[in-house]
Amino acid sequence: MMDASTIVNLSYIVAAILFIFGIKMLGKADTAKRGNLLSAVGMLLAVIVTLLSKGLSYPLVIGGLAMGGAVGFVTAKRVQMTGMPELVALFNGFGGLASLLVGLAEYYRAKMSNNLLESVLIEELSSFTATVIVLAILIGGITFTGSIYAWGKLSGKLGGRALTFTGQKAFNALLALGIIAAGILFSSSPATELAHAVLITILILSLLLGIFAVMPIGGGDMPVVISLLNSCSGLAACAAGFVINNNVLVVAGCLVGASGLILTVIMCKAMNRTLINVLVSGFGATTQANGAKSTGELKPISPEDAYYILEAAKSVIIIPGYGMAVAQAQHAVKELGTLLEENDCEVRFAIHPVAGRMPGHMNVLLAEADVPYEQLAEMDDVNPMIEMVDVAIVIGANDVVNPAAGNDETSPIYGMPIIEAHKAKTTFCLKRGKGAGFSGLQNQLFTAPKTRMIYGDAKATVTSMVAQFKES
Amino acid sequence: MELILLLFVFVLAAFLGFELIAKVPSQLHTPLMSGSNAISGITVVGAILAVNTSSSGLSAWLGFAAIVLATINVVGGYMVTDRMLAMFKKKVK
Repeated sequence: MMDASTIVNLSYIVAAILFIFGIKMLGKADTAKRGNLLSAVGMLLAVIVTLLSKGLSYPLVIGGLAMGGAVGFVTAKRVQMTGMPELVALFNGFGGLASLLVGLAEYYRAKMSNNLLESVLIEELSSFTATVIVLAILIGGITFTGSIYAWGKLSGKLGGRALTFTGQKAFNALLALGIIAAGILFSSSPATELAHAVLITILILSLLLGIFAVMPIGGGDMPVVISLLNSCSGLAACAAGFVINNNVLVVAGCLVGASGLILTVIMCKAMNRTLINVLVSGFGATTQANGAKSTGELKPISPEDAYYILEAAKSVIIIPGYGMAVAQAQHAVKELGTLLEENDCEVRFAIHPVAGRMPGHMNVLLAEADVPYEQLAEMDDVNPMIEMVDVAIVIGANDVVNPAAGNDETSPIYGMPIIEAHKAKTTFCLKRGKGAGFSGLQNQLFTAPKTRMIYGDAKATVTSMVAQFKES
Repeated sequence: MELILLLFVFVLAAFLGFELIAKVPSQLHTPLMSGSNAISGITVVGAILAVNTSSSGLSAWLGFAAIVLATINVVGGYMVTDRMLAMFKKKVK
């Protein structure tokens, strides 16, 4: 007969296999939904067999599972599709904090048993265990406060702008050095009373580092940050796995860590920047000074006039950005697209890889509005034929259509591939007001000769165009 | 479990993770991120094990808090991902 721990470990292997297939299937459009389900089954299996372990305090365990499950269920059901990026950030932060707490709990467990028997602690808290406890607390702490800060930025509770101060890099480096020094101190003699104070110091410094590391990163780079923090939460779980010698935590955590890192790099490539550059450049904080001031006038027109131009257009490209998400305009935009098609006009949606606040953010929203798959086009397919397009409608996008990326070497986004909306015969820019974008950059597109600005809430503007079409 | 064995598993899992994501269309980046975010909630297993009858009051409560947080991550993460993917499904049909 197999004993309980063999059954548990075999089940963990099965769970790990389910995670691997789950991630693989998530990468293909037609299997993605099943892949997610598969990995959820793996998770359920891992949790259930863990409940079979001996000596659990069931009231606490079941209570915790029920409470967390209920909160997660309600939040996930209630959230608007447009609020998705910040919710993912928030969940991610919780995961990081959980790993931190697991590391901390293991330390206290070992510490308390030390009061009973000195030798137990020395045996249980080897230097290696101490090191991984530090790692779980460090990575978990950064993930937690970093994600919460990112959540605040994304949901508009904190300003989207990058915040920098003099000596910030030095300050962050000092924080990191302090953590490393304290970590070495703790790992070399984890059993002393001093070690406890040192560990608490590490905890506090890690929490601070999470905040200060995300602070200088501008809103436009948030998709990259979220993806990187996601990778970190995986690594934190992995470190927690080393702390308690649990293979399923190590495997699953590491899978997430590695795949998250690759995804982050892919996104950085889409912006033609390196990861280091995103993390330390303080992008967007000083742009008014070093980006060339755009000259020329903003030329506003009314939605009515825009309608007459659209009615005569034979091809239209719609370029959505975060503004569309904020205004919840995706359904109205879809309707406009349908009406234009009925008017014998070719409609396409051009989606920049980093439009919005998450990678693929726009795809999710347009899918919610039922935009036909064939109408979605990627940047590289659109740019070669954009000069033939009668009207390009930019809806709440900014940096991803900023020509400065191609022609202004002093611009911080110089070199980033953009959708070349300024080359279309006419460009409409739907925008809430005259200010700079989320990243704080001036945009020459808005003052270009062929550009017409339509101010106001994107949803209201598009709805009024739709109404005009229906009346005629 | 042997430490070396765990490290071995760690390295292999890292390579596997890199390989799995090599070619993913950008429209799936969001669900992929959100789905793998849910997997990182695997730390719930560690949290459950931390709430042991042998653990003292403090570490048991720390474990309890970890269970709540990790479960929010797991349940919320999977459900949000499912909602996103449900919308893609509609379109593919």
